[in-house]
Amino acid sequence: MSGNARGWSGREVRTRTYLDWNATTPLRPEAAAAIASVLSHCGNPSSVHHWGRAARQAMEGARQSVGALLDVRPERIIFVSGGTEANHLALLGTGRNRVLVSAVEHDSVLRAVPEAERIPVDHDGIVELDMLDRLLAAGPRPALVSVMLANNETGVMQPVAEIARIARGHDALFHCDVAQAAGRIALDAAAIGADLVSLSAHKLGGPPGIGALVVAGGMELTPLLRGGGQESGRRAGTENLLGIAGFAGAAGAAATQIAVYDRIRELRDSLEAGIAAIAPDAVVLGAAVPRLPNTTAVAMPGLSAETQVIALDLDGVMVSAGAACSSGKVGPSHVLQAMGVGPDLVVSTIRVSLGWTSSEADVGHFLEAWAALYQRCRGRAPRAHAA
Amino acid sequence: MPIYLDNQSSTRLDPHVLDAMLPYFIEQYGNPHSASHPYGRIAAEAIEQARGEVAALIGADPREVIFTSGATEANNLAIKGAARFAREHPRSATPRDHIVTLTTEHKCVLESCRQLEREGFQVTYLPIQASGLVSLDALATALSEQTLLVSVMAAHNEIGVIQPLVEIGEICRSKGVLFHTDAAQAFGKIALDVDAMRIDLMSISGHKVYGPKGIGALYIRRRPRVRLLPLIDGGGQERDLRSGTLPTPLCVGIGRAAGIAATEMTAEARRLRQLRDRLQTGLTRRVAGLRLNGDAESRLPGSLNFCFPGIPAIQLIEACPGIAISTGSACTSASVEPSYVLRALGLSDEDANTGIRIGLGRFTTPAEVDLAIDALAAAATRLAADSGMAGESRNPI
Repeated sequence: MSGNARGWSGREVRTRTYLDWNATTPLRPEAAAAIASVLSHCGNPSSVHHWGRAARQAMEGARQSVGALLDVRPERIIFVSGGTEANHLALLGTGRNRVLVSAVEHDSVLRAVPEAERIPVDHDGIVELDMLDRLLAAGPRPALVSVMLANNETGVMQPVAEIARIARGHDALFHCDVAQAAGRIALDAAAIGADLVSLSAHKLGGPPGIGALVVAGGMELTPLLRGGGQESGRRAGTENLLGIAGFAGAAGAAATQIAVYDRIRELRDSLEAGIAAIAPDAVVLGAAVPRLPNTTAVAMPGLSAETQVIALDLDGVMVSAGAACSSGKVGPSHVLQAMGVGPDLVVSTIRVSLGWTSSEADVGHFLEAWAALYQRCRGRAPRAHAA
Repeated sequence: MPIYLDNQSSTRLDPHVLDAMLPYFIEQYGNPHSASHPYGRIAAEAIEQARGEVAALIGADPREVIFTSGATEANNLAIKGAARFAREHPRSATPRDHIVTLTTEHKCVLESCRQLEREGFQVTYLPIQASGLVSLDALATALSEQTLLVSVMAAHNEIGVIQPLVEIGEICRSKGVLFHTDAAQAFGKIALDVDAMRIDLMSISGHKVYGPKGIGALYIRRRPRVRLLPLIDGGGQERDLRSGTLPTPLCVGIGRAAGIAATEMTAEARRLRQLRDRLQTGLTRRVAGLRLNGDAESRLPGSLNFCFPGIPAIQLIEACPGIAISTGSACTSASVEPSYVLRALGLSDEDANTGIRIGLGRFTTPAEVDLAIDALAAAATRLAADSGMAGESRNPI
């Protein structure tokens, strides 16, 4: 896009390459069209007159599309303001006092119930299933277990069907945050086996400010926000009609275009092959286990993640040092620490995440900038463990 | 041509607001919390500008404004957040565990208070006067050393009355009590000044002021500092008071809506008052026994609430399908119960069931007002005749 500024490496920055899709995604054209289609609705979906009914009708149609993404009935969908709120409603709304969360959950899960028991993960970031079983057996019933489907920092995917089975064996409810996975891999609520599922629109090409909690039939939830009784009394507040329409448009497109991620997986793999060719000492985290097709968490030992993202930014490549919400803060990633990643790697890990418009040129741009950075760094300060 | 006269429940998105939002839906899609690259920083700058516009409209510092998903969330956060913080961090031996509000507050305020009662807090629900206004004497009497917070709606969503905010703020400040006001209907419609009115917490809505749905704000006073416990925790956005990725286009929308209101509010209020008076005069002439609910003077420029004697509101609404009007709050408009607000004014169930809320807005034209007068008066006359009552006034112009 804009600007011909000089990059860090002295080259002219002609293009900007966005490789931070796990932070947020551009709006899909189908989502933009869906938003446009409801712009003329001035009504409040709760109003009984024509304008209100028209708004409600648009909203209920959208609820079907969002439900279809996970193959669930529309009445299972509660629209909320985003993934963070969905996680809070799930963790605080069931009334289960005993909560177990994986050590690699998003902050919105960890901080919703600070006193929750932590389920450890192995070196690849996968929940230790034996430990989950033992923890559930050892403590009081009934509990709530919260484990995300795919991690936002590493893309590592959890064996959620197994987790669901173990939870059920102990009468525990299972909540699964699928914010990063939705739209990137095919999803089916029955296969996940969760009682509660959190979704975020802006991670799959919808607008920010809208998400959903999918709730198993018959489950009572104590609302987080009380008031006008919207969303069957489970979430008060006038519904975000533009957001809901955009969410539905994006969900529909994501579901029908899921095969795009076969190509994205190849691109991501070529990116990692490129990294390995440039830097034999670079470490891709979670490379040995199932991961999302779009995410690479890579450590360049000896160079801080902060330095890398700044240098890459100056060269027009946008990546992140971890979760966007905490990227303004200092402090090492709790996800990598839970995986037992050494401190030198933790502080030097960046996240590169691709999306449906990502191209070979984008990967090339990244590799060029990253290689320049690597060579400069290694030339200036050779390290004992550098190859 | 259908006529939209339900601007209290929601308003049409102003085209200028939409124009401001569009770039942040499409090109500038960065996560505003991605500090490491320009897409993130551009989004963050737009949000800070919007925060400034919201703050400027109420005389606040931008650092005193946090964005929420709407006024419902802002009200829940203000009331529950202040109460729970005070419980966790007592400042004296006498616990501040008492809250005072009005029986006519919005459901989300009342439900938040009821939740706090379940958690052990004391809540006084003050009755209102026949005008819909709070009795300042009753308010002052209700406050004690245990009172933490007073929550009074700035302008009412059903009957449009504007409460004496300056006086309420004075009483609260003199007793060391926090003053929260739900300004969802008032923001951008009447002048609000958090310092002059001594407001400590103010809830704001985007879609009531020609902005988008799904965005609101909470003003939180810094000096003296008002402390809250968050309802939604996580990434630590909004100074740890409200986590979650901020929706840049929606924040830009409420900011632009506030900016437009800042320049147009005075002239718009004058225009709406004229239209409102024209509607009131027209209907009063043609509908016998028509009664205005709520104070006639201290009232939002575009807001009216009438009892059409003997005519159930539902029937009148059904008889005028081309006009969007309501029986009251949209949240409860599907309910068959009479409005609790009109009942609080002292109306019988039967009278309360005849209450009609009319809300004029930025896009309402004089021609629409005239058409609405004709349609409502004709329908009222027909319905009154059907039920054997005289409807049309004997004093036609």
